[in-house]
Amino acid sequence: MMEKSRRCFLKVAGIAAIGLGAAPAMNFAASDSHGSAAAEKAKSPDALHAERWGMAIIVKKLNDKIAKQITHACHTQHNVPDFTHEVDTQAFPNTRAVNHKQEIKWIWKEKFHYAFPDKEDEFLNEKFHHLPFMVTCNHCKNAPCVQACPTQATFKREDGIVVMDYHRCIGCRFCMAACPYGSRSFNFRDPRPFIAETDPDFPTRSKGVVEKCNLCAERLAKGEQPHCVEASEGAIVVGDLEDPESDVRKLLKEHYSIRRKQSLGTEPSVYYIV
Amino acid sequence: MTKNMIMGGLAVFVLAVLSPFWFNMVTTTQAAPEPELLGPAKQAKKCVLETYDMRANHMSLLDEWRDAVVRDADRIYVAANGNFFNMSLSTGENSCLGCHADKAKFCDSCHTYTSVDPYCWDCHTNPKEIE
Repeated sequence: MMEKSRRCFLKVAGIAAIGLGAAPAMNFAASDSHGSAAAEKAKSPDALHAERWGMAIIVKKLNDKIAKQITHACHTQHNVPDFTHEVDTQAFPNTRAVNHKQEIKWIWKEKFHYAFPDKEDEFLNEKFHHLPFMVTCNHCKNAPCVQACPTQATFKREDGIVVMDYHRCIGCRFCMAACPYGSRSFNFRDPRPFIAETDPDFPTRSKGVVEKCNLCAERLAKGEQPHCVEASEGAIVVGDLEDPESDVRKLLKEHYSIRRKQSLGTEPSVYYIV
Repeated sequence: MTKNMIMGGLAVFVLAVLSPFWFNMVTTTQAAPEPELLGPAKQAKKCVLETYDMRANHMSLLDEWRDAVVRDADRIYVAANGNFFNMSLSTGENSCLGCHADKAKFCDSCHTYTSVDPYCWDCHTNPKEIE
């Protein structure tokens, strides 16, 4: 008699325990799974889209003044430090003396025989020695920096732009070794003291990260053209390389163009119309 | 060993173990600061998430936002309550600092109290500080 009642008790207790456990489980299953309650992330309706962003630089339209303008527009608005800048010692005391060998650049003027070392023929047209070639990140189709990055801080976006997530960069500089174009710069020191006027629309970088051109991803997202395009007086055109009707493709169809170090197979997305 | 000794020892032990509490009862402690709603946030009465959720999870939300902006180029957050936000710490009116005007009273007061030192502002800029 005694044994049987214990058995009964255990049975009832067991069923009750299942019941207790079932209630929250049922509630959980019945409720909308947490977070999916319509919180969404979207692009701005003004954003510019492309299969693969690319750039055409019409070298004939460039001169030293425009080249300077382009670099200035890009660098000031992306808070790229200038190590020739006089440091404000009140705002930044204890700033070490500047090593002028260090520089950080996103887009800059380069001589033909540095930009295109494989195309320097013995009897090259004289004008090529003087033309200002603007060089920047080529946003390669097969970007070697992306393959080299151990943390995926550098990656290729779906629209072809090679972007950096500065939060993730550990400063190993493999990407700098991998990039055949020298498009990347390293922050050996805190860049802030060397930024004349910080643009509030773009973050600065911190010590220990690599940086480079981002094809103004932040502007394309707002439906605006990159800074270099606006400052170039028509010498730089940015558009969709996969769209045969885009301005870039039309230009490339009509003119002879060259790309930097094409033999390496990185498939640069920056074309120079010479 | 007598019962008294054991009880006495226990009492001393409990006193010693709970000493941080006694210390706090004797000394005056600062109450945890409340983040102050200033600027447009005061009028807005709309939060990205519920206040409780925001307090507990704003760091993972920001982490999610960062990945969305940097990797997927999605820059607008449509919250569960239907409001739109610009997924940015400091750029534009609809960003974090665009609405919560005073960084010192909104971010820093709690972070300082809890000895948290996020590195957001090593790179991101407070538009008010630049001027």
